[in-house]
Amino acid sequence: MNDPEMVIDVQGLTKIFGDKTVVDHFDLKVPKGAVYGFLGPNGSGKTTTIRMVCGLLVPNAGSGTALGFDVVKDSSEIKKRVGYMTQKFSLWEDLTIRENLDFVARMYKVENRKKKVDDALEDLGLSARSHQLAGSLSGGWKQRLALAACMLHDPELLLLDEPTAGVDPKARREFWDTIHMLSDRGVTILVSTHYMDEAVQCDYIAYIAYGKKLIDAPSDELVDRVGIHTWRVEGKGLKALSNKLKGIDGVDDVARFGTALHVTGSDKESLKKAIEPYFDDPLLDWKERNPGLEEAFIHLMTGSEDNFQ
Amino acid sequence: MSLFSFARIKAVALKEFVQMRRDRTTFAMMVGVPIMQLILFGFAINSDPRHLPTALIDRDHSSFSRSIVAAAENSTFMNITYRPATDVEAESLIREGKVSFIFIIPENFGRDLVRGDRPQLLLVADATDPSASSGAVNSMEKIVQSGLSRDLSGSLSGLAPLPPPVDVVLHKRYNPAGLTQYNIIPGLLGIIIAMTMTMITAVAITREKERGTMENLLAMPIKPFEMMVGKVSPYIIIGYVQTAVFIITAELIFTIPMAGSYAMLIGAVSIYIVVNLLIGFLFSSIAKTQMQALQMTFFLLLPQILLSGFLFPFLGMPKWAQYIGEALPATHFMRLMRGIMLKGADSGDLYASFWPLWVIIFVVSIVAMFRYERTLD
Ligand SMILES: Nc1ncnc2c1ncn2[C@@H]1O[C@H](COP(=O)(O)OP(=O)(O)OP(=O)(O)O)[C@@H](O)[C@H]1O
Ligand SMILES: [Mg+2]
Repeated sequence: MNDPEMVIDVQGLTKIFGDKTVVDHFDLKVPKGAVYGFLGPNGSGKTTTIRMVCGLLVPNAGSGTALGFDVVKDSSEIKKRVGYMTQKFSLWEDLTIRENLDFVARMYKVENRKKKVDDALEDLGLSARSHQLAGSLSGGWKQRLALAACMLHDPELLLLDEPTAGVDPKARREFWDTIHMLSDRGVTILVSTHYMDEAVQCDYIAYIAYGKKLIDAPSDELVDRVGIHTWRVEGKGLKALSNKLKGIDGVDDVARFGTALHVTGSDKESLKKAIEPYFDDPLLDWKERNPGLEEAFIHLMTGSEDNFQ
Repeated sequence: MSLFSFARIKAVALKEFVQMRRDRTTFAMMVGVPIMQLILFGFAINSDPRHLPTALIDRDHSSFSRSIVAAAENSTFMNITYRPATDVEAESLIREGKVSFIFIIPENFGRDLVRGDRPQLLLVADATDPSASSGAVNSMEKIVQSGLSRDLSGSLSGLAPLPPPVDVVLHKRYNPAGLTQYNIIPGLLGIIIAMTMTMITAVAITREKERGTMENLLAMPIKPFEMMVGKVSPYIIIGYVQTAVFIITAELIFTIPMAGSYAMLIGAVSIYIVVNLLIGFLFSSIAKTQMQALQMTFFLLLPQILLSGFLFPFLGMPKWAQYIGEALPATHFMRLMRGIMLKGADSGDLYASFWPLWVIIFVVSIVAMFRYERTLD
């Protein structure tokens, strides 16, 4: 049943809190060495799914393996080999940066602990501040410290829950360089994010909304699979145009991108029919373009809301 | 411009009320504590101790001695619970704390009584708790009076008037001067350790939960047993420091007796510190917030103070209260401390108070590890 090549292989994972099904029959296969992006709106169940994979929550239904170990029965084996970065900062604010790293390293029985911790501090560029309390770090630095901490024991699988939230662009780029380097070394990475520029850097993307997985594809194929069409319009009076187009048959979404509007629909012909009346407007400049991930996700989200209600 | 806004005050009050209502544990404590206190103070606590267990040695076996024994058994002051054959046996009963008194009716008591020689009745009291032995002579004289009133009527009625026909002699053991601090100080250590040690670990897990660091801990490959020992052990040292400070201060101010061995004392203190740390850890694994864990600590502290024999003679409490008391670690610690410091009891005598502490350690650890949540559910 389980493919040995798959680092995460879960089927039908379901989590119910009270009477709310937060994750609903979720399947996921993540091959070794892949960077798997995990996207979805707030409250869609990303964190909950990640917690079930690393044994922090017991699923109400479903089964599967992570690193070949059963996610329900062998969670202690999984924990030894997984690096999990929580969405909310969960290191000890009343310990110093070094003490935090040292504690984490001890918990995983990291060999050459002192050197590992020194190296991590060096990589972070925090060597000079290693005796500062973690609680006194800025939000972005806390994220970077947490990331370093969860990689100390050289995990085979990284579960990163919005690791770059609040991190500045340069640090984000460095972070993604690290991710790709680890992935080349064979480390598997499941990363949740709300940033489109990060999503495109992933090998695969799974999109979840209201606890249900809507799509799951290699990132370069995803937009095609969603099957949407987009027109880009620039010019004057875009605000008024946007209001007019919203809700017309054939137009699923109108979104502002800088100085332009992106008008998206799932059917090529009816989209064209809807916008044709405005083609002659001299103030507007229409161009058909390849839809991007963002349009694809907004399309998915609008669709799933309809399903849900 | 108004000084304050009633609407805002109302908003805060409403918010507090809603939050309080959601916190069931706090709510239960608010209702539970007064009820518990009322019951304990109202029924269990008896500043006028009754039915104190007594070992009887009757060397006379006359009709007079039998009358006195019958009167003693009918009295509310004492219950004859043992009839040891030898003095040695009686001594060990009082040293182990199984009886509060040894009541000795000497040979030829009946004969001397009839002769009008005012024979002695010997009452050996465990004076570690002065409140139990203080009224002993008075109560004993009443018992004698009621016991002999029938026997000394008729031809012997001439012996009945005052002064009483017998001489009750009270021997106070372990604390001849009847000093209350002899009793309070060893006990106080028990209460202080119970309070501080339980409190210190009660927040051990709840603090991690409240700060969100629990998620990180749970994602790490640590076992509940490792967590428990790791969380508890650093505080053992604090417990030792506290004990040392306490004993030195008490010694400087009051000069407390030390009849037994220090090794025994350290042993007793060590076990008791561990017991309380583990109870705190248990509370921490049950409670959702630090506040709840602290409330549980105080909830347990109350009976530990009232039912352990710390403030009131244990053997003078009603049976049901004694059963509750037997389940409390402080009760056994009080006995150990009084046994070691005042009576110089040896390990044989103290065995009965040591093993319940071991049982409590075992049970509490098992329950705590079972209750310790390995997941965030
Ligand atoms: N312990 C819990 N008890 C009850 N409901 C919960 C619990 N944890 C999460 N939920 C609910 O489950 C749903 C999914 O939450 P989850 O944290 O998995 O979302 P998410 O996709 O990570 O969102 P975000 O992007 O905001 O981080 C939410 O509706 C949340 O309210
Ligand atoms: Mg989340």
